Amino acid sequence: MSKKLYVARSPRIAARMLGEEMLVMSGQSSTLFTLNPTATILWQAADGATPLDEIVERRICPEFDVNPEEALRDAEALAEDLAKHGILLISENPIASKSPAQEQHRP
Amino acid sequence: MRGLAAQVDRYNIVIAIGGVAVRVNTTDADFLEMLQRRYAGFVSDEPEAEFTFDVELTPPAFADPDVDVRVTQHAGRWFMERGDFQAEWEPATRIGNIRQSANPYSIDAVLRIVHTLVLARQGGFLLHSASAVRNGKAFLFAGVSGAGKTTISRLAPSDATLLTDEISYVRRLGSDFVAFGTPFTGELAKLGENTSAPVAALYLLAQGLENRIDPVAAADALRELLANTLFFAEDQEMVQWAFRAACDFVDRVPVYRLTFMPDARVWEMIG
Repeated sequence: MSKKLYVARSPRIAARMLGEEMLVMSGQSSTLFTLNPTATILWQAADGATPLDEIVERRICPEFDVNPEEALRDAEALAEDLAKHGILLISENPIASKSPAQEQHRP
Repeated sequence: MRGLAAQVDRYNIVIAIGGVAVRVNTTDADFLEMLQRRYAGFVSDEPEAEFTFDVELTPPAFADPDVDVRVTQHAGRWFMERGDFQAEWEPATRIGNIRQSANPYSIDAVLRIVHTLVLARQGGFLLHSASAVRNGKAFLFAGVSGAGKTTISRLAPSDATLLTDEISYVRRLGSDFVAFGTPFTGELAKLGENTSAPVAALYLLAQGLENRIDPVAAADALRELLANTLFFAEDQEMVQWAFRAACDFVDRVPVYRLTFMPDARVWEMIG
């Protein structure tokens, strides 16, 4: 059985949902990223306390009607990619929340 | 050894842009005169200033002003440098110093940087855009070099007041974003009027074969706004402030794509 992974939003990121797009800006590199729908769900659910497999099962699978095992593999790869860009934090233990508050959705 | 110390004359000028007054101290009367000419219309008669900079003039030397500017923060002080100047500024004491030769470009760059730092904390920004006031409302025209900032400024009708043809000064005042005139000029080399008005719209410029205005999706507006925002600091907190300011602006101010032909009729659609 593989280890649980926990994901949290990096406190070094500023983010805002505009229209249908989640835009995040890295405070480290001043780079603006646009998250795809899967990454947006992952970002929104990344509270540092919910394991990644639960996020996949509860949030991603129902949304995209995908096989849970395959979805988890994809989500792990996505989380690592987002972590490389400083957007998410990944740990095998729960992560104390210093995440930025999610900002308002533009109507 | 009393009586041997030479008396040094000290001069100062208060330059107020966007309602933010900066006092510049110098010991060089010619430099002072140059500043008075350069910032005519933005020189304040009030002795009080929010920030003070002492300018130490250095002998002219080869320095490339096209070298990228570096702005870093360390132990509560901002350090700014480019090929042609070095400056420090401590926000807590509101005092700084500039080392540069007697030219207008270096201090102009320092003032822009200081204003971006001050504005970011207040939810504002400097934007690569022309801006003008018409019917009591300010309109911004953003774009990279060649997009048409100078052209749209040159075509402005007589009832429009030009705030700048190059760099707009946008402050957050309550729930409004307000554009102020700046002395930061582009190809027109004409100082903006020292006045202000609430921002009614931001137009992203594109030159074309017709005059038309199209809405811009919020996310695209944010991307283009950030791409045109002047930002110098290598500082995480400043990046986050700038992002939030841009998001708030896009939330409150309509953003359009303005495709235009280079003739005055484009202004029939504005105001």
